[in-house]
Amino acid sequence: MYLHANNKKIFAYTGARPHHEGLESVVFVHGTGMDHTVWLLPARYFSHHQFNVMATDLPGHGRSEGPAATSIESMSDEVVAAMDAAEIERAAIVGHSMGSLVTLALAARYPDRVRSLALIGTAVPMLVNKSLLTSAAQNDHAAIDMLTYWSYSKGAQLGGNENPGMWMVGGNIKLLEQSKDGVIHTGLDACHRYEAGMQHADQVQCPTLFILGARDIMTAARVGKEMASAIPQSRVVLLNGTGHALMMERPNDVLDALIEII
Amino acid sequence: MSKPKTFGFNTLTLHAGQRPDPTTGARATPIYQTASYVFKSPDHAASLFNVERAGHVYSRITNPTNAVLEERIAALEGGVGAIATASGQAACHLAIATLMGAGSHIVSSRSIYGGTHNLLDYTLRRFGIDTTFVDPRDPGAFADAIRPQTRLLFGETLGNPGLEVLNIPEVAAIAHQNGLPLMIDSTFTTPYLCRPFDLDADIIFHSATKFLSGHGVVIGGLLVDSGGFDWSASGKFPTMTEPYAGFHNMNFAEEFGPAAFISRARKEGARDFGACMSPTTAFQVLQGMETLPLRMQQHVENTRKVVAFLSDHDAVDWVTYPELPEHPDHELAKNILPRGCGAVFSFSVKGGRAAGQRFIEKVELLSHLANVGDAKSLVIHPASTTHHRMDTAALEAAGISEGLIRLSVGLEDPEDLLQDLEGALQASQKI
Repeated sequence: MYLHANNKKIFAYTGARPHHEGLESVVFVHGTGMDHTVWLLPARYFSHHQFNVMATDLPGHGRSEGPAATSIESMSDEVVAAMDAAEIERAAIVGHSMGSLVTLALAARYPDRVRSLALIGTAVPMLVNKSLLTSAAQNDHAAIDMLTYWSYSKGAQLGGNENPGMWMVGGNIKLLEQSKDGVIHTGLDACHRYEAGMQHADQVQCPTLFILGARDIMTAARVGKEMASAIPQSRVVLLNGTGHALMMERPNDVLDALIEII
Repeated sequence: MSKPKTFGFNTLTLHAGQRPDPTTGARATPIYQTASYVFKSPDHAASLFNVERAGHVYSRITNPTNAVLEERIAALEGGVGAIATASGQAACHLAIATLMGAGSHIVSSRSIYGGTHNLLDYTLRRFGIDTTFVDPRDPGAFADAIRPQTRLLFGETLGNPGLEVLNIPEVAAIAHQNGLPLMIDSTFTTPYLCRPFDLDADIIFHSATKFLSGHGVVIGGLLVDSGGFDWSASGKFPTMTEPYAGFHNMNFAEEFGPAAFISRARKEGARDFGACMSPTTAFQVLQGMETLPLRMQQHVENTRKVVAFLSDHDAVDWVTYPELPEHPDHELAKNILPRGCGAVFSFSVKGGRAAGQRFIEKVELLSHLANVGDAKSLVIHPASTTHHRMDTAALEAAGISEGLIRLSVGLEDPEDLLQDLEGALQASQKI
């Protein structure tokens, strides 16, 4: 569905079912250069299991109008504006990578809007490799290659997708190639400059789940575990042998973990 | 950490799509010879049917052995996903049936495999899909033939059997300017010699029976999606961009993004047309693909020796192979096929049809049959086999003379091939 939020046309995938009054809601927030399609399976699962689902395309991403928001905090404002437009008062919110920072900031800054929180492939600070930032600033395809190959464990780079017949690396590259110029850099830069992460973690009051990959070289599981220790009602699910692209590498395990918190 | 280290082509031919079986430790890809898969619960079953979880339901649609092959070819071609089919013909049909219906139109190279020609020129017309055939050496002819109803441009990397080299980047640009995808039959070249997606093609299909397998023991096909075509921007493909009542009103472009085409092909075409690959066949194709780089190198090396031998032979009228300087596409081939122009080529024996038939009768090591891409060398006379439905005028239009002989050079010792050819050529000249 399309929403009008903060004077922009924003796309939000509903899991192929319209919203119904009275149901609990789930909000998904994707990572840098991605869009709602990374949430296909869990979005469809929860929408067909008595939830209203909103997997929003952040401004400038996917089918949403730009410009892209330039800080993690402003991205969280955009998600709240989309929730307002969709008449979602309170939700379980789920974020991956940059999206996990957005949802963390949202949970700290808008505690009344968050029923529970799931952070997938997360770390604060989320410092970004300099050559990745430089390549992204130049809209160089090398940035897409780095983001893709650093997001997958070595094993997953060879394949073995739980989604039959789909080449994970190829899908990742093609999705990132659809990004408009500058959008990947804007997201990476926002991650790099996000300094309030631990402060926001200290403010989170809702039940929180961390889903971390033991082979994640973008957001090390060790850092995610340290974040978890700052949040009273938190739990960690560590997926062995898994990199940063957890929803792609382990879609069923990620879904099972989400079912527990949502 | 400044540049990602990615796996190379040889590594992917051996490993892509498969990791050691977590239950048994099996290193080789197991053959999952099963029709169906046990559900853990009614909710698990519903979640699989409704695309809420990843997994297998029924082997007509997905199978774990086939999935390894599908990932492997997608990795080697640089695509987002693939579907293994019962044959190359099934892969071609699956692509067309996914993209269009009655009233649609295709612009195709006229130098294509005879089986594909039959499908386009006879069978699909009966179902309301019209095709205009054009000269593959004239990209402008593709543009001129496009109609409002056109939904696909199609050609072969190397034309069959004339070996016209398709200017894939130029034809792709014409396709995209018109909001259309370009599909390539890449059977003759395999991703080792040419990766059409790198040249902006959108869909590839293979007859896996040929060089990909190399052993000539199975019939199979593969359909690969680049993931790069923007179906929504085109606006000409309601199968991608509008809700599909036959699958829970799924909107494939919206829900699958770059994987829209291959997902629609699986969830509709694999399900409804049912031309699936057997898991045992998938295993056998995978066995062949493990040696694809080694075989293709040797195929090309042997072919160069055979081409040189025939080019200098007194009993040969002409040889057509894009690596020869006199071939019309020689310069283009250097760009499109820098590693070599494959192992299939044509030549003509002096003395026309009768001499050609004597040549065929006298080869002993080469096998006279209707196939290419075997590890063994093969020979055929197209006018009496693969293109036998075409009349003389149509044959000429496709660049096939009545005396033309097509060779598929195998992996034998080249000296043995040359000896066999020498004997047959000498016999062909004795009246």
